[in-house]
Amino acid sequence: MEPGDLRLSTATATAAPASRRGRRRGGLLPALGLLPFLLYVAVFLLLPVGVLAVEAFRAVDPVTFEESWSTANIGTVTGGAYARSYVGSLQLSAITAVLGAVLGLALAFAVVGSRRGRRLRRLVLTASGVLANFGGIPLAFAFIATIGNAGVVTALLTDTLGLGGFSLYSMAGLVVVYLYFLIPLMVLTIIPAVEALRPQWREASDVLGAGGWQYWRYVGGPVLAPPVLGATMLLFASSFAAYATARALVGSSLPLVTLQIADSLSSNVIVGAENLGKALALGMVVLVGLVMVFYTWVQRRTSRWLS
Amino acid sequence: MSATTTGLSTAAVAGAAGVEPETPARPARRGRGWWRWAVAAVLGLYFLVPLAASVWFTVRSRDGVSADVYAGIPTAEGFAENFGRSLALGALTVLLSLLLMVPTVVLVELRLPRLRPLVELLTLVPLLLPPIALVVGVRSVLAWAPEYFFGTPLAEAFFALQEPALPWILVLVYVVLALPFVYRALDAGVRGAQLRTLTEAARVLGASWPRVMLTVVLPVLRTSVLNAAFLTLALVLGEFTVANILGFETFPTWIVRISGSQPRLSVAVSVLSLLLTWALLLLISALDRRRREEDPA
Repeated sequence: MEPGDLRLSTATATAAPASRRGRRRGGLLPALGLLPFLLYVAVFLLLPVGVLAVEAFRAVDPVTFEESWSTANIGTVTGGAYARSYVGSLQLSAITAVLGAVLGLALAFAVVGSRRGRRLRRLVLTASGVLANFGGIPLAFAFIATIGNAGVVTALLTDTLGLGGFSLYSMAGLVVVYLYFLIPLMVLTIIPAVEALRPQWREASDVLGAGGWQYWRYVGGPVLAPPVLGATMLLFASSFAAYATARALVGSSLPLVTLQIADSLSSNVIVGAENLGKALALGMVVLVGLVMVFYTWVQRRTSRWLS
Repeated sequence: MSATTTGLSTAAVAGAAGVEPETPARPARRGRGWWRWAVAAVLGLYFLVPLAASVWFTVRSRDGVSADVYAGIPTAEGFAENFGRSLALGALTVLLSLLLMVPTVVLVELRLPRLRPLVELLTLVPLLLPPIALVVGVRSVLAWAPEYFFGTPLAEAFFALQEPALPWILVLVYVVLALPFVYRALDAGVRGAQLRTLTEAARVLGASWPRVMLTVVLPVLRTSVLNAAFLTLALVLGEFTVANILGFETFPTWIVRISGSQPRLSVAVSVLSLLLTWALLLLISALDRRRREEDPA
């Protein structure tokens, strides 16, 4: 209340000590302002993941229903059908990430280099921004309507061309569907890096007598490698985490870890299945962490290669 | 690690709003342009066919073309209820995200630049962490209420969060999922504006901090705030994993539920929800372009 009356007449005079006072307390007070954010992240992000890491090691005795510490869940999820689902997820993510990266990179080059490219580039960028966010349920149903059992294109191919045999409800089908949002994601992520390749570099290497291969080996490749790697990582992570599309397409008939988690959580039959789900989820977190570590290591290596 | 990951996701997240770098396109080398058009055409076909086929799937009928399915959507059982719920969840998520993140981003920019890497890293985690892992954790925490806290006010609060009519717990988790997008949208806006000068001027002229936030910071960040809001809304309207695992019914889970008995309706609703999401995202890129034109720096 007190500075209110002084404000008009002696604004600078009152503001100056106020700001000095603020600076003296500078270390503590602003840091307090960050508290809501830190608390929120702690409660709704770190706590759930932490709980996962603890409760994955709890097991329920099927006879006495008593809970105890145990590595039984971890043992279960690293073997048998569960291990197969991890392998399935990793394979699917690796294939879709690499394919998405290659096709997205091709599209990025096609768009950036074209002569009358401004309009095409803008179209592709806007479309990519939209399509990269088009995962999940609507995507699954768009593909069911297209190449599902009763799909429009399926009917067209079998009736007119007599082709058939491709099933949307398989790993190959999932690859086709996942690429629909991974390619645009790649385009968005990589276009800034592709545009940063200066035409002068190419000209300089041409003038110095280098061929196309040498240009890409010594100039273009090293410059593009880190961002391409980073983008591929991102594609891998989003493919690995994808659940909605797979759920709507194949139910739980394919060995994917996200589907296995959902299954174990909804199971009322097996005692302790809930903890199994936690162990499976913890495994996903650990795998993503490992991929990140690998990525950082490769990134460091490529940057050393660059310098 | 934080620097490299930040780089990649900044590009990805900023990209969601439509990237348009300043570097001019490199002129094509003569006679080699055909492959560009081939790549663009083949991929264009790949992206257009499912959309066209979905629309055809919903309008074809024994005697020609009809839009009956679309006309039936508003009165379809469960549509109004679930779509309304998803919209409400979206609005609440937008509000809570902005309430949490606008002060945080401004504070980091003005007073705590040393903590920026920490905030950046924390907002990145939800982008790499699989949502299903997060939600399994959330489910475990929610299970504490009947197990350990039963009969206490804390348990009551836990149960209140899980009211099926309006599950607040979804809002709380969605805020986390939206963090990377909201933070980066706001951060871009803060960096572009001369926020320090503006707020110092306002403070010197005697404005209180809340007033500075309302009349200086928010107007300056208008486009970024809208950007963040639309991205968040689009995210919530399409979110399936968290709602499904926690057992709540929202718009996407409703689509899956009806797909068995009414496949055409489910595809039609998918097409509509796509159009809605796209309208939101195109609005973002239009806003983005306008900002760029207003402020070419």
